[in-house]
Amino acid sequence: MQELKKRLCELLSDGTVARVLGWRRGETSFDPEPAFFGSAEELSDFVYDGFCGANLSKMMIEAARLEGKTAVCLKPCDTYSYNQLIKEHRVDREKTYIIGVGCRGKLDIDKIRALGIKGILSISGTECDGDGDTLLIKTVYGDKSCKYADAMLSRCHVCRGKEHKIYDEIIGESRDTTDGDRFSEVEKLEAMAPRERFEFFRRELSRCIRCNACRNVCPACSCRKCVFDSNNFDSAQKANVDPFEEKMFHIIRAFHVAGRCTDCGECSRVCPENIPLHLFNRKFIKDINTFYGEYTAGEDAEAKCPLTDFDFGDAEPGDVTSGR
Amino acid sequence: MQIEKTAHAAENKEWKPMIVAFCCNWCSYAGADLAGSSRLSYPADVKIIRVPCSCRVNPMFILRAFERGADGVIICGCHPGDCHYTTGNYYTRRRMALLFSMLDFIGVENGRTRVEWVSAAEGAKFSATMNEFTAKIRSLGENVRLGDLRCRN
Amino acid sequence: MQRIGVFVCHCGSNIAATVDVKRVVECARLEPGVVFAEDYQYMCSEAGQMKIADAIKREGLTGVVVCSCSPRMHEATFRKCAEGAGLNPYMLEIANIREQCSWIHKDMETATEKAVVLMRAAVAKVNLNVPLKSGESRVTKRALVIGGGIAGIQTALDIAEAGYEVDIVEKTPSIGGRMAQLDKTFPTLDCSACILTPKMVEAAAHEKIRIFTYSEVEKVTGFVGDFTVDIRKKARSVDIDKCTGCGVCQEKCPSKTAKSEFNRGLSKRSAIYTPFAQAVPNVPVIDREHCIKFKTGKCGVCSKVCPAGAIDYEMRDEIITEKYGAIVAATGFDMISLDKYDEYAYKKSPDVITSLELERIMNAAGPTGGHLERLSDGKPPKNIVFIQCVGSRCADKRGKSYCSKICCMYTAKHAMLIRDKYPDTNVTVFYIDVRTPGKNFDEFYRRAVEEYHVNYIKGQVGKVLPQPDGTLLVQGADIIDGRQVLINADMVVLAAAIEPDPTARKLATMLTASIDTNGFLTEAHPKLRPVESPTAGIFLSGVCQGPKDIPETVSQAGAAAVKVIGLLSKDKLLTNPCTAKADELMCNGCSACANVCPYGAISYEDREVRGIGVREVRRVAVVNGALCQGCGACTVACPSGAMDLFGFSNRQITAEVDAICR
Repeated sequence: MQELKKRLCELLSDGTVARVLGWRRGETSFDPEPAFFGSAEELSDFVYDGFCGANLSKMMIEAARLEGKTAVCLKPCDTYSYNQLIKEHRVDREKTYIIGVGCRGKLDIDKIRALGIKGILSISGTECDGDGDTLLIKTVYGDKSCKYADAMLSRCHVCRGKEHKIYDEIIGESRDTTDGDRFSEVEKLEAMAPRERFEFFRRELSRCIRCNACRNVCPACSCRKCVFDSNNFDSAQKANVDPFEEKMFHIIRAFHVAGRCTDCGECSRVCPENIPLHLFNRKFIKDINTFYGEYTAGEDAEAKCPLTDFDFGDAEPGDVTSGR
Repeated sequence: MQIEKTAHAAENKEWKPMIVAFCCNWCSYAGADLAGSSRLSYPADVKIIRVPCSCRVNPMFILRAFERGADGVIICGCHPGDCHYTTGNYYTRRRMALLFSMLDFIGVENGRTRVEWVSAAEGAKFSATMNEFTAKIRSLGENVRLGDLRCRN
Repeated sequence: MQRIGVFVCHCGSNIAATVDVKRVVECARLEPGVVFAEDYQYMCSEAGQMKIADAIKREGLTGVVVCSCSPRMHEATFRKCAEGAGLNPYMLEIANIREQCSWIHKDMETATEKAVVLMRAAVAKVNLNVPLKSGESRVTKRALVIGGGIAGIQTALDIAEAGYEVDIVEKTPSIGGRMAQLDKTFPTLDCSACILTPKMVEAAAHEKIRIFTYSEVEKVTGFVGDFTVDIRKKARSVDIDKCTGCGVCQEKCPSKTAKSEFNRGLSKRSAIYTPFAQAVPNVPVIDREHCIKFKTGKCGVCSKVCPAGAIDYEMRDEIITEKYGAIVAATGFDMISLDKYDEYAYKKSPDVITSLELERIMNAAGPTGGHLERLSDGKPPKNIVFIQCVGSRCADKRGKSYCSKICCMYTAKHAMLIRDKYPDTNVTVFYIDVRTPGKNFDEFYRRAVEEYHVNYIKGQVGKVLPQPDGTLLVQGADIIDGRQVLINADMVVLAAAIEPDPTARKLATMLTASIDTNGFLTEAHPKLRPVESPTAGIFLSGVCQGPKDIPETVSQAGAAAVKVIGLLSKDKLLTNPCTAKADELMCNGCSACANVCPYGAISYEDREVRGIGVREVRRVAVVNGALCQGCGACTVACPSGAMDLFGFSNRQITAEVDAICR
């Protein structure tokens, strides 16, 4: 982190960039938050460790409107989102200085708590440049420890790879942390009876409080004004008379990002109700791969999005749902 | 609306499915007209909405129909390759394939949604399709699941 | 709030016998916005239309719903009537209670209930209708024809004859195209040059036609009636105004190593050259790749011998910008590359040739002076084998899935000509099917078989093996007799598939005209609009749209010309008002809409956007109303719902859904 911080200071002081987009220390050592830094002094609060899971690419939309260049720290998986935003003309590559930061999997405090570790005071072993595979956790009940991998965010178990798809320079080492199958959850659901699937989603979605956290964090869900806030479909009410809209919201949201979602997993990470929202996106990704050939959104800034493309021999909707 | 429905139920009237059919102006709407002028009947439960092209059908409309109590939604367009706008139905095909697959994924019976290509000359096909689709919806019964999605807990 | 009038038609007994029209009227009166409702025997009659017009004026109606037959029948009638009464025609909607209701239901109760629902949906829609006005756009009265083959020449001549100016852009140094390379034409066997060259001269001499040879279209912007086109005039190195076409330069040019494109590479040409003797314009170009002056700086012979002083080594490419109202693509075809067909030994033996090469060999101005001889040793061939469908109707990826259409006929022509001129030559044709649909075509083929005794074998050739003695062993199958056929041939002629000229793809992108999987330009409708591209103002002529022979090409060229003339004869174009429009405040500028637009009607502009708390320059989608045809593909591609369609807006359709599912 020191090397990264030093380099950011340099970029700021030599005038290459006007600001840095990174993470700032939170109240505890495990809740850093995204922040802009305008000077070398402000950077004293800068932090980059295992808890810096947030995908900063979406904030570059805002940065495109600001004067001067912005240096942004992007993890390998974040670069997919950034590429996708370039494709959609939402960010300004010219005004961006991308530092590809190393990543060996990001941590989820809830995963640690779920291991039965309570009253956490501080955690060590979270550095990105470290290679220890154990976390040492100080708690009010004494010292505990757990495996790094056991504390990782679910999405890191199906890592997008260690390669930065776009960058100006890379600082730090990255590691592919895949140890699971990306589509296994979706496949498990697909294997269930329709009634069971329905019950599963009813249970999950009925917790939705329409806080819009998923929408706000999603780098693909970046509309200036969401259709659910617009008058064009008469669907603009946040407090719904009709809770069907919650379901409709999630289906439509997933549909709108289909072919554009880079599977960054932020939606599920931020959901206060822990609804596995990424399942919708993964289902679409899986379907797109099956029906129209392998496609990875954000792999480059050119490829045509599957939903704005077609092939004369595409599968019929009827075959798709019945012939599985 | 709610009161009306309850009253409806109390009267114990026979349940009739509510089916929305989106038809493209150039092929399928004309096919429906031909079904009409050939007196090829299909159930009155089917109500047609005219759209310029099947690619005008937004998933929002389909979900809206379900939200408002529709039991089935069918989209009809020109046969692939015959679209008046050359490529519209190809986009429809992709969009609906993905949307229907998603509805199926969340456990909604996929028989409630359908895409059918009906040309202006296929009055008989239009009528047959609507008869078949209505029969399917009748066999599935009232749209309880999508209805269920409406009750929160 | 709208003031809506609802008019329910009995259509004699067509509707009234199954639908209780009075009840529909009563129900209509209860609908929000409806201030007036009545029924009448025949709404479309003059008296019926009067009722609508009177009510519009008397009740001050702002919207009208007619419950009657299909809108495909009388929407235009009623809209015209509304317009006559001072109401915007797009404030009227039809509820189709005949085709969709009375004609298909028998039970009065059921039909009436449905009619009421359809009426409600129409009222709900009209409540959200807004007056729409057709835009107008001007028409530049000049056409551009891209490609100077027989298709382009014929189209240009026909347009020019109607009194409009036409420019032809041709990429090679002369107009004439493929037809100029042919020796004789089927089924009449008249000489190709004899019928083509007069047309070339006529085009060149026509006061309304300008010809830009050795030129290419570089950029196309604009839309129907108002295209702006950049044309690159490649440096010819010869002043077209000074040159007299005497030909001395070509004679004296010391560099004679370049392969003649016109003779399909079978002969050599000088570095300064005209492709063929009857070239139009008869002005040579310098092939800078082969010119010694350009390669070494020394030479300059042509400049010294030119009596007119027309040689200009300093000449540069020039880009001219012109305006056109209509554009015709006539880019034609080429033969496919035979690289992937090793089995026919095309690369190995000079005596395995394509049909087009045979055309050149048979031609008096060709590489052999018109004598049929083997290119390897100059001897006259005694056994010739023709192989059909090389790369046509091909199941695998090597070739084309389509039928090239002209090969059956030209092979019959070749076979017949050879048997006529060299009666002691054996001619065998291997074919899959012989396809002869066309006037006097089958008779022609029958003559080849019956009069000229050409040996037709149904079956395919598996291999052509060059033998040490210089002959070619052809291994084929006769599927009628079910036996293998071995022929020792002196010459093998391959009927290679034709494919769209490689420039068509790039051009299609520039014109936003679509192309099919085979690279042919797509017509707007396969049956009813065969010479128009789906993009307004772009027309198709000749083989660029699909394989055709000369008579078909000429008819299509004429048809394309008629469409162009029809367009150019208008002073202004009325545009369809049911087009898409993006809400600037909501638009993300993401390009999703432009990616699905089949007409290239959507572009992006950096615009200052003003709204509540917003004032900034944003990239927003702008729809060109003259190009947009109103399909609505963009409205669904747009995630924010910023893109909407007039006449079928999101709110209107939602309202219809709500009315039906009430």
